Amino acid sequence: MADIRNNFVGIKSPNPFWLASAPPTDKAYNVVRAFKAGWGGVVWKTLGEEGPPVVNVNGPRYGAIWGADRRLLGLNNIELITDRDLQVNLREIKQVKKDWPDRAIVVSLMVPCVEEAWKAILPVVEETGADGIELNFGCPHGMSERGMGAAVGQVPEYIEMVVRWCKQNTRMPVITKLTPNITDVRKPARAAHAGGTDAVSLINTINSITGVDLDSFAPQPTIDGKGSHGGYCGPAVKPIAMNMVAEIARDPETSGLPISGIGGITTWRDAAEFMALGAGNVQVCTAAMTYGFKIVQEMIAGLENWMDEKGHATLDDIIGRATPNVTDWQYLNLNYVAKARIDQDACIKCGRCHIACEDTSHQAITSMVDGVRHFEVIEAECVGCNLCVNVCPVDNCITMEPLAAGVMDQRTGKPVSPIYANWTTHPNNPMAKVAAE
Amino acid sequence: MPEGQFKEGIVGGRLAADQYADNFSDLHPPLDHHEALVESDRCYFCYDAPCMNACPTSIDIPLFIRQISTGNPIGSAKTIFDQNILGGMCARVCPTETLCEEVCVREVAEGKPVQIGRLQRYATDVAMSENKQFYPRATPTGKTVAVVGAGPAGLAAAHRLARHGHDVTILEARPKAGGLNEYGIAAYKSVDNFAQAEVDYVTAIGGIDIQNGKTLGRDYQLSDLIRNYDAVFLGMGLGGINALRADGEDADGVTNAVEFIAELRQASDLSSLPVGRRVVVIGGGMTAIDAAVQSKLLGAEEVTICYRRGQEHMNASEFEQDLAAANGVTIRHWLQPRRVIAEGGKVSAIELEYTALSGDRLAGTGETLTLVADQVFKAIGQSFVPAALNGSGASIELEAGRIKVDAEGRTSLAKVWAGGDCILGGDDLTVSAVAQGRDAAESIHRSLTQG
Repeated sequence: MADIRNNFVGIKSPNPFWLASAPPTDKAYNVVRAFKAGWGGVVWKTLGEEGPPVVNVNGPRYGAIWGADRRLLGLNNIELITDRDLQVNLREIKQVKKDWPDRAIVVSLMVPCVEEAWKAILPVVEETGADGIELNFGCPHGMSERGMGAAVGQVPEYIEMVVRWCKQNTRMPVITKLTPNITDVRKPARAAHAGGTDAVSLINTINSITGVDLDSFAPQPTIDGKGSHGGYCGPAVKPIAMNMVAEIARDPETSGLPISGIGGITTWRDAAEFMALGAGNVQVCTAAMTYGFKIVQEMIAGLENWMDEKGHATLDDIIGRATPNVTDWQYLNLNYVAKARIDQDACIKCGRCHIACEDTSHQAITSMVDGVRHFEVIEAECVGCNLCVNVCPVDNCITMEPLAAGVMDQRTGKPVSPIYANWTTHPNNPMAKVAAE
Repeated sequence: MPEGQFKEGIVGGRLAADQYADNFSDLHPPLDHHEALVESDRCYFCYDAPCMNACPTSIDIPLFIRQISTGNPIGSAKTIFDQNILGGMCARVCPTETLCEEVCVREVAEGKPVQIGRLQRYATDVAMSENKQFYPRATPTGKTVAVVGAGPAGLAAAHRLARHGHDVTILEARPKAGGLNEYGIAAYKSVDNFAQAEVDYVTAIGGIDIQNGKTLGRDYQLSDLIRNYDAVFLGMGLGGINALRADGEDADGVTNAVEFIAELRQASDLSSLPVGRRVVVIGGGMTAIDAAVQSKLLGAEEVTICYRRGQEHMNASEFEQDLAAANGVTIRHWLQPRRVIAEGGKVSAIELEYTALSGDRLAGTGETLTLVADQVFKAIGQSFVPAALNGSGASIELEAGRIKVDAEGRTSLAKVWAGGDCILGGDDLTVSAVAQGRDAAESIHRSLTQG
């Protein structure tokens, strides 16, 4: 049986599935339910400094987009950090950690960007026995207007400064949570690294408007006729998050920096993908908010089964395994040729591959052969783009089949070359490097 | 004496009074808003969709379902009505299991087609409940068209002609318009007087004058119409009932299934409608099923359909056969009627002969079976009665007993078109009649405007 125990910057948990800092981790009641359900750890919802708690809107806090059958694909929120008293939170954290010593409890923090504020909160958090802290530099709404959250996360110099303060003032591991609302995620990651962070976690939520009420012409979620951008999360953001994780994992400046992966993780497979790209563990929120805490059972069993099947003994066997395969476009092998192939037994003849290819791509799929409705790839036209695979409603009905070296590519009329050749040396590239004589 | 269900003879009141409404409630209850959204999400929006090609009226099914899923049921209804102004009734009575839903790719993939018929009903119900009229009439042309028969073909033709600005007079023999939608379909397929609501919806376009109680050959002649109107559309359906060709079929208790179905549809009190204790239905089509199931629902104890060929030859769809079975109707095959046995002039039993195919020919085997019956329904098809048409003026050309038309619905007589069950190639479906009426109307319009 695969061993999925997780050791993330010295924080141990029975599995790599943590709940992210968010409503599910706002108070002891929820966290205890999560631990009972099997979650390996939580990042307690962000605490602010001592004083009157923040207030939230009293109308809708969430907006969403849906796929077929109203399956939730993306969620956004305009909720702020915890609106509960600091002392209540600290008491509960201490109690829960005492009751659940084998689970990870990391406390998310967000206080004003002055050293005194951090010096004040770090010892009281440390006193709870929490395993670490996560610096919330990502929250994109509300708090950022007050100079916190994403307002810090969007300025690498601030990140480095605050991380340094924290490292100087606590013995707890520091995880720096990054905002995706920037153009190059490597910059804030490098800054956190320079400040001495133990790890980064990403992504926080993405600035978003999920909808517009077409009667009132108000953005959603709508508060008394007005709306504000919220933070977007859920399955829809997963590809964006994975790219950002991979960018940091393969950046020579941050290579080896532990990453806690966040962004739309819903199944064991999502988690495994994040970890393969370099995440040391994962954090989940939207999936739990959609289906409840029980989903972790599927995640645990699914990850174990896959690891057993593939012979991966521990998480270290999978973490970062895909990172070396993430490269720049210019290094992709232009001599690699694949063609779509339609499994006629699996085909249900919906014709979507045909019309997608015919209308919008390369006219490489038939709709009628000898007067019969029939969908088949015309190899001489197929550029191997994969659009048909993506629009086909049947899993594995259309596959991309690589052509072996030497096989004639009917589109180009040339045999497939066995030689790896990329854009950097391509004759059409005016910047091409001259091949060594 | 036994009472209720077990009472001998053809009597009413076999069931408790409150049972009738239950038995004759909507066969396919409407989808509610949530159900319609869930179901519409199942459509794959296929290219050159098989469902659309299977529809005799070529409704753009993927488009109308997508319009439901995007919260545009009114647009969806227009997509349907563009092709089929009787889309509401077709949603209820089409044998979708042998048309659009049979070829739905989800039927192919999972054995569970998208419920196209029920989605069509959802959209058309929304539009009709708001009396949303999509088609303004064109500028009046001053041309007049006579339509014989206010059934699906006639109504579809009339609507399309009225749209084009022509004035239409429909001459209908029966007291109500609607044709088989009103008189020939099982009650549980068209509840709440839907057929009349649809006639009102269709004729609300204006320019359509329905005259009831006007029978061709009795009250007027085809030659009158040709003389008095710019064009004529014949959509009078089938007037004749095929005979059993069995001895004794004149006995009391031997009834035409179509008459029984019509009577049932027009009954204001189903509990007063008489039905036998042991009913035998001869036939294998939709009419046989409708008569058999409704007999059962009226409280008949035993209902048996006897069909002279095998299950695979039945015109009734598999769904209809299952419906009959689920209602406790027994379907027996390879039996043809030989003799109706009467006691005191009333049916008491029917003697049937087993049949077999020798090559392509069906023949009796000589072996017989006698079923006790106090009521026998004839449901072995209807035939076209040309007598009313011909005999005055030029004769219209027939083929295989029905009116011969070309691809546009033109008959052998100038100015005369035809469609629906009365033409050769009619397949006894409401939806096909609508398509023929619509297409003939377009042909008439071309002829009147290019004239």
